Amino acid sequence: MTLSLTLPVFLVAGCVSEPGTGASPGVGGDGIKVGVLHSLSGTMAISEVTVKDAELLAIEEINASGGVLGKKLVPVTEDGASDWPTFAEKAQKLISQDKVATVFGGWTSASRKAMLPVFERNKALLWYPVQYEGLESSPYIFYTGATTNQQIVPALDYLAAQGKKKLFLVGSDYVFPRTANKIIKAYAAAKGIEVLGEEYTPLGHTEYGTLVNKLVDAKPDAVFNTLNGDSTVAFFKQLRSAGITAAGTPVVSVSVAEEEVKGIGPDNVAGHLVAWNYYQTTQTPANDTFVKAFKAKYGADKVTSDPMEAGYNAVKLWAAAVTKAGSTEVEAVKKAAGGISIDAPEGTTTIDGDNQHVSKTARIGVVEPDGQIKEVWSSGQPIEPDPYLKGYDWASGLAP
Amino acid sequence: MEALANQLPIGLSIAAVLLLIALGLTFTFGQMGVINMAHGEFIMAGAYTAYLMQGWAGGQSFLLALPVAFAVAGLLGLLLEWALIRRFYGRPLDTLLLTWGVSLILQQLARDVFGAPNVQVTAPGWLTGGFDLGGVRMPYNRLFILGLAVVCVVGVWWYLAKSPQGRRMRAVVQDRELAAYSGIATGRVDRFTFLLGSGLAGVAGVALTLIGPVGPGLGTFYIVDAFLVVVAGGLGQLRGAVIAAVALGMLNSFLEFWSDASLAKVLVFVVIIAFLQVRPQGMFVLRGRSLV
Repeated sequence: MTLSLTLPVFLVAGCVSEPGTGASPGVGGDGIKVGVLHSLSGTMAISEVTVKDAELLAIEEINASGGVLGKKLVPVTEDGASDWPTFAEKAQKLISQDKVATVFGGWTSASRKAMLPVFERNKALLWYPVQYEGLESSPYIFYTGATTNQQIVPALDYLAAQGKKKLFLVGSDYVFPRTANKIIKAYAAAKGIEVLGEEYTPLGHTEYGTLVNKLVDAKPDAVFNTLNGDSTVAFFKQLRSAGITAAGTPVVSVSVAEEEVKGIGPDNVAGHLVAWNYYQTTQTPANDTFVKAFKAKYGADKVTSDPMEAGYNAVKLWAAAVTKAGSTEVEAVKKAAGGISIDAPEGTTTIDGDNQHVSKTARIGVVEPDGQIKEVWSSGQPIEPDPYLKGYDWASGLAP
Repeated sequence: MEALANQLPIGLSIAAVLLLIALGLTFTFGQMGVINMAHGEFIMAGAYTAYLMQGWAGGQSFLLALPVAFAVAGLLGLLLEWALIRRFYGRPLDTLLLTWGVSLILQQLARDVFGAPNVQVTAPGWLTGGFDLGGVRMPYNRLFILGLAVVCVVGVWWYLAKSPQGRRMRAVVQDRELAAYSGIATGRVDRFTFLLGSGLAGVAGVALTLIGPVGPGLGTFYIVDAFLVVVAGGLGQLRGAVIAAVALGMLNSFLEFWSDASLAKVLVFVVIIAFLQVRPQGMFVLRGRSLV
């Protein structure tokens, strides 16, 4: 008799005393919960697991120096499983069940687009650490990866300066490559560059014989590659076996970093170009520390890449914003975030309070035979983020 | 037109890959009516074997990796058959679910052991590059895959036609009951068929490291195509698998050339569905009295 009464009483009591309230989300006991939401399985896991690792490293470092507002950060890690609806579902779970103060997560634009309504509806914050196609600035997302004018546009400028007048576009079939290619075509139209072909393959596609054949037939000066995930491995292996050399037809990729180069095999991609804001070889004191700390925690054979560094920065930037705001409350953090600047491994990076993106230095790199990426061009100063490309005449037709 | 001419070897190349991945499945599916959703993970096991051998024996280990992968994947298949599948004979939908679960477990195991990111398998030097045949490009790695597919088909054909164990296998496929009454140990034959089918998947895995990613998700890229070939070609039929693979390879190659990769995939599915409406049993079917 008593047992059947006690049990429901305990259950109800358990429901009532949940950590954190709307006013200071995530805070409960002597810890602040934060969500880490990436694909730990599926085709995107090859890229996202290391971003999660970098974010956990940042959390560990913050805790080692006292935490935030005197409390330790408690990461709650969830798996988006390379499935966009799962990202939305897990985001909702982190917000309503775990009541996290903020979420660091996502990789593909598809995952971000799936999560966006969840964060806006719940008025919770997402920190998105990957380069993307721009044309977005949700009030509840902070974007620490590059937007188009910090990555794709400098890459196009670089190619134009090298005299490459004929481009072939290759991409995975989803929102990021499609939007990126719209931007590239607008740029090309304005600058007299010819786009010889635009080919899309489904995510996870591994048969590139026909695409490479079309590419070779078109005879471009350069290839702009927005393939994502496992496809990049198949593409570069098959491109090389078709006799394409980096010297003859350089491929510029925006989703191939040190981690992907390892999987592709440096032989298959050496000499080709990539456009990012950070490389493991970037020379800053903050990067020395970051690379050493990452290798110490995860293994000496690990590499660091731009999205990993952006994820790491996201955690540090959020922590700085919370410290300045004096609370984890979302509106307070948003207000405090504008102007916050840190010495990131990529150099100084500052949050733009209006569009909630960060300033980033653009760097073009060439893949070396040892798998590292060497910088061949840099914008010198950080570029201010312009997600809607308002500052570019040729982009005037693009805003949604 | 040079570009169009190039699509012919590309079509054959796709056919060779399809044949390699589907050959083993033709027997496990056809022989025993076992829908093995973990077949893709046996391919993955073969690919990781090539990776490990590269780490132990260096760049010259590629050819050696082929028989080793056969053994590794074959033993894995044997283990699966002995531990789980033999309890579910005659229950194809249950084996489907069961092997689907096993495939998820194997994928996660690979993720835990080797890490989530893709691992690097370097093609041996003698397989890098290619030559031009009258303007048509012939990469060495694709030619190797084609050659390997031919060798595997000939090997399997010889085994089935000429060897006593092969004849026993054919007997069990044609009429299981009669074979049992004739004194054939059908259980042992089944086990060996599964070993053969899985071993062939392992060999396919090694070959695929030449052209594709090596990661925990490897199996998922190829499993659907493997089933398509088997279903279109007719269960348990060697010549059906060969013809279906060539047909699908060529179809895919030319459709993609004229449209794009996504549309080509859709159209190939449409063609197969249409074909199965007309001939649901696939291209070649046994004239046996089996009820399957």
